[in-house]
Amino acid sequence: MALLDVENLTVRFDTPEGEIHAVNGVSFTLDKGETLGIVGESGSGKSQLNFALLGLLARNGRTGGRAMFDGLNLLDASARQLNAIRAKRIAMVFQDPMTSLNPYMRISEQMAEVLMLHKGLSKRKAVEESIHMLDAVRIPDAKNRVRLYPHEFSGGMRQRVMIAMSLLCHPEILIADEPTTALDVTVQAQIMELLADLQRDFNMATILITHDLGVVAGFCERAIVMYGGRVMEEAPIDPLFEKPTHPYTRGLLDAIPRVDQGQDALRAIPGNPPNMAGAPKGCPFAPRCGFVTERCWAETPPLVAFDGARARACYRPIEEVAA
Amino acid sequence: MSQPLIEARDIRVSFDIRRPSDLPWQAPAQLHAVNGVSFSLQKGQTLGIVGESGCGKSTLARALIRMLPASGSLIWEDGTDLLTLSPRQMLKYRADIQMIFQDPLASLNPRMTVGEIIAEPLRTHRPKMGAKARKEKVRAVMERVGLLPNQLNRYPHEFSGGQCQRIGIARALVVEPKLLICDEPVSALDVSIQAQVIGLLEELRRDLGLTIIFIAHDLSVVKHLSDDVMVLYLGRIMEKAGSDELFADPRHPYTQALLSAVPIPDPKVERTKKVVPLEGDLPSPMRPPEGCVFRTRCPKAQSLCATMPPAHENGTHQTMCHFPGALAAQG
Repeated sequence: MALLDVENLTVRFDTPEGEIHAVNGVSFTLDKGETLGIVGESGSGKSQLNFALLGLLARNGRTGGRAMFDGLNLLDASARQLNAIRAKRIAMVFQDPMTSLNPYMRISEQMAEVLMLHKGLSKRKAVEESIHMLDAVRIPDAKNRVRLYPHEFSGGMRQRVMIAMSLLCHPEILIADEPTTALDVTVQAQIMELLADLQRDFNMATILITHDLGVVAGFCERAIVMYGGRVMEEAPIDPLFEKPTHPYTRGLLDAIPRVDQGQDALRAIPGNPPNMAGAPKGCPFAPRCGFVTERCWAETPPLVAFDGARARACYRPIEEVAA
Repeated sequence: MSQPLIEARDIRVSFDIRRPSDLPWQAPAQLHAVNGVSFSLQKGQTLGIVGESGCGKSTLARALIRMLPASGSLIWEDGTDLLTLSPRQMLKYRADIQMIFQDPLASLNPRMTVGEIIAEPLRTHRPKMGAKARKEKVRAVMERVGLLPNQLNRYPHEFSGGQCQRIGIARALVVEPKLLICDEPVSALDVSIQAQVIGLLEELRRDLGLTIIFIAHDLSVVKHLSDDVMVLYLGRIMEKAGSDELFADPRHPYTQALLSAVPIPDPKVERTKKVVPLEGDLPSPMRPPEGCVFRTRCPKAQSLCATMPPAHENGTHQTMCHFPGALAAQG
C-alpha cells in the first residue's frame, strides 16, 4: 500500500473577486522511500496542493477529495490530529529560509522546541540532538553555531538549518517546496546533493516541488507535471524527459535554454499563464496548445494510465504529440 | 576592429560602510563592489555578464548608466568619457543608453497607464515632439514588442509578468537607444514566458541592430543570448571570452564550478555529470581574500594564489588565474 494516497484533491479559495480554483482534482500516490517531483510554473497549484495536505492553506481556502496517510484522511483531520503528524511524520522545507526561521530566536531554541514538543525531550537533550542534526547537514562548527541567530548565517547555511530542523523527528515524508530557488547555483548544487544523501540515509519519501526541470532530473525517480491546477503528465524520470507525451511537457522542455548543448532558437510556449478564477472548462492548456482540438475546449481530458507507470491527460494521440 | 560603441576601462565602484562601532572621526571602511572591470563592446554585439549574488554585476550596470559614482573611464563611440560628464552633459547620452530591470511589475509606476509609462521617456528626451507624433510612436513600439495598441489605457497590474516585461522593453526602446542594458530581465519569469522574452530580445537585436549588455545569474540564458561572456566574482573579472569558447572550454576554476552546478534537464546527463565542488560560502566583500579573491573556495589553490593576484590578460580568451585549464582530476 502506498504511504500517501491522494485522490481527486481540489483546493478553492473564496475571494472578493470570485472563486479561485487553484487545484482541480489531483491524484497521485507516494511510496515509502520514493522521490517524487511535482513540476509546474507559478499558478500551477503545486504549492497549494502540498499546503492542503498539511492543513496550511490560507483561511479562505477549502479542500475536497481525499489524502490518505496511515488510515487517516489528512484533509478531514482535526488540528490535533494534524499536529501529531506535522513535523513528526510529515515535515516541510520552505522556499525562503529567512522568512521561515524566527529571527528573534537562536537556532538552538527553534530546533529544541520541535523536539521538546513532539518527543518530550528535556531542553538539554533536545539541544544536543539538534547539534547532531546540524552536523548531519554539514554545518561546520555546529556546536558553537547552534547558539547563533538566523541572520548570522548565509542563505545556503540557513537552508541547511531548515533541513536539519525538518529532519529532527525522522519524518516518513519530507515535502521540499522550491528548496533551492532563492539560492545561487553553486549553493543549490550543494543543497541538492545534501538532500539526496539525507533522503537515502533516512530512507524518507520525498516530494520535491519545483519549477526547475533540471533539478527534478537530478533528484527524482518519478515526476508529475502540473498546469492550471491539474496533472498533465506523470511518468518515471527517464521516459518523461526522453519521450514526453503531453504537449505542455514537451513545450516546457523545448523552452529551456541549455548550457550543455547548442540551440538555434528556443521554442517558447505562446500565450499567457491561465486565469484561475471561475470554474475551469476543458483542458487548462488548450489556449496555448499547438495540438488543440474542438474537444479540448469543451471537455476536460481525464488522466489516463498507459505504458505501465505512466499517465497523461490529453486528447491527442500520443504518437502525434511525441512525433 | 572598428571603434567600439562603448569601452570601459578599469571601472571601480566602492561604497563607504560605517559600522556602529566606528567613531565619528574615523574614516569609513570601503567596500569595493566592482574592482577594475574593463571591456569593450562592438556595435550590434551582446555582452553577457554572469556571476552569483554579490559579484557586483548589478552594481556595474548601475555604474554604467551613472546611477552610482564610479572611477575609471567609460568611452562612448564619439570619444567622450561618460564618467567625466556633468549631469546636464550626460542628458544628451541618456537616451542612447536605456535599461530594463529584473522585477517587471515593480519597475512600472502603478498609477500610470501603459501609454503614459511608455511615453514618459519621449517627454524627457524629445520634448519638442507633438502629442500626436508621440502617440503614434508609442503605438508603434507597443506593436513592436508584442503588445496590443488597444491596451494603451490599461494599468500595469492588469498585465502578467511577461507582458509587464514587454512594457519595460517598450519603454526602453521608445527613445531608440544604441545600448540596452538588461539586468536579470527574465529571472522573475516562468520558463515558458522566459523563452518568449528571450526570443523578443533576439529579434530586436537582429532587427534594430541593438547592442546589449545582458546581466544574469543563469548561465544557460546568458549562453543563449551572448556573443561575449564575462564571469564576475567579488567584483572582479574571473574569465572573459567569446560565448562559444567559454562554454566549450572554461579555463577558470570558478567558471568550471559554476557551469558544472547548473542542473541539466536530462536525467542521463545529470547522473553522469561531475560537479566541481566549491567549499564554503562567499567571503565577506568587506574583507576579500588577499591575492586571488577566489582562492578560499578554489579546488586548485596553492600558496602562490594567496600572495599574488593573477595578472590581467589580454587577448580574446582572458583567464584571471595562476593555474588555468582543466582540473587535474578530470584531465
